Amino acid sequence: MTIIDAVLNDFFWRALIGGLGVALIAGPLGCFVVWRRMAYFGDTLAHSALLGIALSFLISVPLNLGVIITSVILAGALMLFSRNKTLATDTLLGILAHSALAIGLVALSFMPDVRLDLTGLLFGDLLAVNRNDLLWIYGGAVVIMTLLCVLWRGLLMSTIHEELARVEGVPVERLRLVLMLMFALVIAVAMKMVGVLLITALLIIPAATARRLARTPEQMAAMAVVFGFIAVAGGLSMSWHLDTPAGPSVVVTAFATFLVVYGSAGRFSVAR
Amino acid sequence: MSDALVAIENLTVRFDDRLAVDRVNLSLHRGDIITIIGPNGAGKTTLIKAILGVQAATSGRIMRAKNLVIGYVPQNLSLESTLPLSVKRFMLLSGQPLAECESALARTGVSHLISTSVHHLSGGEQQRLLLARALARKPDLLVLDEPAQGVDINGQATLYDLIRQLRDELNCGIIMISHDLHLVMAATDKVICLNQHVCCSGHPADISHDPAFIETFGQPVAESLAVYHHHHNHSHDLRGNVVGDGHEGCQHDHH
Repeated sequence: MTIIDAVLNDFFWRALIGGLGVALIAGPLGCFVVWRRMAYFGDTLAHSALLGIALSFLISVPLNLGVIITSVILAGALMLFSRNKTLATDTLLGILAHSALAIGLVALSFMPDVRLDLTGLLFGDLLAVNRNDLLWIYGGAVVIMTLLCVLWRGLLMSTIHEELARVEGVPVERLRLVLMLMFALVIAVAMKMVGVLLITALLIIPAATARRLARTPEQMAAMAVVFGFIAVAGGLSMSWHLDTPAGPSVVVTAFATFLVVYGSAGRFSVAR
Repeated sequence: MSDALVAIENLTVRFDDRLAVDRVNLSLHRGDIITIIGPNGAGKTTLIKAILGVQAATSGRIMRAKNLVIGYVPQNLSLESTLPLSVKRFMLLSGQPLAECESALARTGVSHLISTSVHHLSGGEQQRLLLARALARKPDLLVLDEPAQGVDINGQATLYDLIRQLRDELNCGIIMISHDLHLVMAATDKVICLNQHVCCSGHPADISHDPAFIETFGQPVAESLAVYHHHHNHSHDLRGNVVGDGHEGCQHDHH
């Protein structure tokens, strides 16, 4: 226990353990974001997180819970709005993303008693991760990994061809809902670490990097996890040695890995 | 009627103010091949989606046989290029054992492609893969949406031949949409000409003389089909068996 305690008492180790936990779930979920072209959707959910934080203070619930609630409401609103096809989806997402962010900022300014590190929320504060955050991250990781394992075939099938999946008896609508709930959960647990503006990067960049090397969907998910680990570990060391902000450093490392893999992949692999 | 795989009564599907399918009646038994033809926007795809159960009916009834297994061959497989997927993996995602998948691929003539990436298949190969995937499920009913899309003209004839053989092997019912009027006319038992409502239906040889058909497709098309039938349709009877190889086997009235 003493070793574990010593490790968890050190802010750097807490940050690393937390970051690896986030990368573990962001890898496979990020693949679905890439496969289903949901990058902008993920961004919109992330932007709404600030509104969720304001809401949490208003009704005094834990921040993570408030964020999950707003994400789910927003996802539901998007599903409803997108049925009415007068506005293109990207327009709709743009409206909701920025409105949610703006409303969140305005609402927070009405709460003078709430002292909040806004920069930390927007860009993340990987190094301020406490034990409670670790609990949320690994609790979320267990839930998401279990759901992904159980639902993998159905999720994959409905991503490949929605109608074919439906004919074969895959509950496509229900799976879409579960996927959105998983996005909401990952945003809620990752928000504090990488910040609402950078979460999508942690979802997309490792998955896109993995695409260059992977031959199967499962390989791509696993490689995305590994590239996520590299980004977190690299970003944290960069932050430690160069005194750069942790969240952006993680994203910069992820981007550098992406460039290296795409620059050199031609020599040792064929993209398929 | 009770042994029909699918029976449709007065099916109507309406999108907002647009009528897509108007009071269609249809029943399909084992061994039947029904082809739906019709101009663009005639509601063909909507009709088969209703049969598949992925499109809700506005009114009317669709009855499906108990435990009906449907094999669906969609128009194409527009796979996102970011999703790496081999033919083998795609087949296994059907949930069928590998042996079933392999023999289905062999049946449609693409077993050599098993380790190829789905992204690298040609249009014809992709259609055969989709057909194999439907076969692996051992369907009672095979539903095909323009199966010969993106297939060259020789390939089209072989593909329709294959579909007819599969009907005999599996003893399943087949319903398909097609624009390849000439090829379809030779391969099918019954044609339904759809233009929201069923404008005419019947055996291919008869339908080309139907005034409603001529009105929908125009005189030249109808005439070219009638001529075509004179030469070729008689080589198969209603079950698809060959009944003769020359003109002396012809059972139809000539005009």
